Amino acid sequence: MAATPTDLSAALVMTPVATADWLVVLPPAWCILAGAVLLMARKSLHLQGFLAVPALAVLVLLDALLLAHVAANGPVTMVMGRWLPPFGIAFTADLTGVLFALAGAVVALAGAVHALTDIDGSGRRYGFYPFLLLLMAGVSGAFLTGDIFNLYVWFEVLLISSFGLITLGSEPRQIDGAIKYAFLNLIATTLFLITTGYLYGIFGTLNMADIAAKAAAGRAELPLMTLAMLYLTAFGMKAAAFPVNFWLPASYHTPRIVVSALFAGLLTKVGIYALLRTLIMLFPVEREELSFVIALTGAATMLLGALGALGQNDIRRLLGYLVISGIGVMLAGLSLGSPGGTGGAIFYALHSMVVMTGLYMAAGLAGRLSGTFDLSRLGGLYARSALFSALSLVLFFAVSGLPPFSGFWPKVMVAKAAMDIGAWWLAAVVFLSGFLTTIAVGRVFLLAYWRPAGGALSAETIPASALLPLVALTALTAVFGLFPEALLSTIQLAAQGLADPRAYIGSVFPGGN
Amino acid sequence: MNTLIFRTVAPFLTALMVLFSLFVLLRGHNEPGGGFIGGLIAVSAFAIYGIANGIAAVRKALWFHPMTISAFGLFIAAIAGLMSIFFAVPFMTGLWVYPVILGVEIPLSSVMLFDTGVYLVVVGAITSIALALEAEEDA
Repeated sequence: MAATPTDLSAALVMTPVATADWLVVLPPAWCILAGAVLLMARKSLHLQGFLAVPALAVLVLLDALLLAHVAANGPVTMVMGRWLPPFGIAFTADLTGVLFALAGAVVALAGAVHALTDIDGSGRRYGFYPFLLLLMAGVSGAFLTGDIFNLYVWFEVLLISSFGLITLGSEPRQIDGAIKYAFLNLIATTLFLITTGYLYGIFGTLNMADIAAKAAAGRAELPLMTLAMLYLTAFGMKAAAFPVNFWLPASYHTPRIVVSALFAGLLTKVGIYALLRTLIMLFPVEREELSFVIALTGAATMLLGALGALGQNDIRRLLGYLVISGIGVMLAGLSLGSPGGTGGAIFYALHSMVVMTGLYMAAGLAGRLSGTFDLSRLGGLYARSALFSALSLVLFFAVSGLPPFSGFWPKVMVAKAAMDIGAWWLAAVVFLSGFLTTIAVGRVFLLAYWRPAGGALSAETIPASALLPLVALTALTAVFGLFPEALLSTIQLAAQGLADPRAYIGSVFPGGN
Repeated sequence: MNTLIFRTVAPFLTALMVLFSLFVLLRGHNEPGGGFIGGLIAVSAFAIYGIANGIAAVRKALWFHPMTISAFGLFIAAIAGLMSIFFAVPFMTGLWVYPVILGVEIPLSSVMLFDTGVYLVVVGAITSIALALEAEEDA
């Protein structure tokens, strides 16, 4: 069967694809490949970690190369199976997506190294590492896809892997947490799917570049407000925004601590990313209409998170509330929509990925040394290990948004953007929640670290593989707190790219559509 | 379901259904069928065999653990997509070779490799679930 001499250029991409453009699809494809190998080798428990850690290191490398490529050449697109967009499913990497993907990969690598000693044989037998790789396939895919239905598919991939991770060990309280987590996430996913069906009915396309162009052209006649509101609700649930946040504190303290750390670092941020993508890039005018609603939601989320953290006695639950409080800052940035607001939201999301993962790891180590996560019984950690206490203190400062660590800059950006449009109350809430967070984590430091130990602490030394990722994450937050210029300028470009997606659309449709 | 008739017929039925599932898999390239539906037919075959002879017999007959089969399917599906990197075409572009074996031209493609991957993922994953459910019933 020889190829028929029809003109294929009407349907297919005819230009050869540069090898560098492959970086767009490689992160999820590599994770699936590595996850499959780990699943086949799941009986060799000692091999799992030694395969997974290099695999995730390669993922970090791929994302870093992709970031360099995108920073140099603008958004990069590849369509699956050579079909021309909008019919071929497009993977489009812009700065926002790649920054999120890179931060996610770094967090996953840190988690995998930390898990070498934290996840025991039974956790590995249940498939911790294959699930982690498949989770990363979903997370990377969600950050890099340029097709909104494909985004839904990656959400499903990461959700299914997260169900596996959260029930690792099958203890009754884990099943209890998992059911709350699964149920609410499935409702959000279903809402996402229904909205996407509705969107397809309106636009007849699922390609995000195509939607952005068509929405801009036909805004007057199309019921876009409904879409924006439905997406806000669906992704707000995923991101644990007030008032649909209750699944997070009910479930995040039940799994293994590394799993909690990865969830806190990755999952809610995918929701924030999807909000940025849909509300800033696809429906900016509708977001402007909704901005007061989003700002109120953000303020309530910040305060509820900070007050919830003040009221908790279990450190893991306390950290769950801090995740929520951070989501509020990102929503406040989203509600402003200005370059400063969007940039602040992106920066805070990246900061929160690193810091929340580090904090959960620190809490895990504190729990391992003391044998409890209960603040009323913890104590003496400072006397036990000054280095560990110093690392924890840096993370506590960072999560409260105190200088000179990475939480400071995005909070300033969001507060300044709020003051620029006269929303003083929103800026005040950002600072108030920071103040309340400082009290909450100060209480942890006072009770768990400074207070003399009530009982004997475990004499176990902290293994290097557990401490190393904590040091690395702490170093990251310190470095980006002290030298934020490079990251800030990249983030400003990313925020501009979201607000004005001409380059994004041009990368999908090089000849105009 | 431990009747003599069922136990006698089950192996033949299983063999026939597995054969049919492969037919559906290969037919799926240009006509209705494909890896997913073919995989489901194969799983039904294993489920019937399990109901007749117990899950231990199925596990023994499969040789590999169902999850391993599933992982292998995922692996070759990913490889099928990644092969196009060597031909400067986008991810998952269909690639074809036409070897002539014994005078017959056999068209082989990365699409078929991908579909076989899907088949194995479905066979492995759903068999895993089916066997777990049947094991619950036995207990």
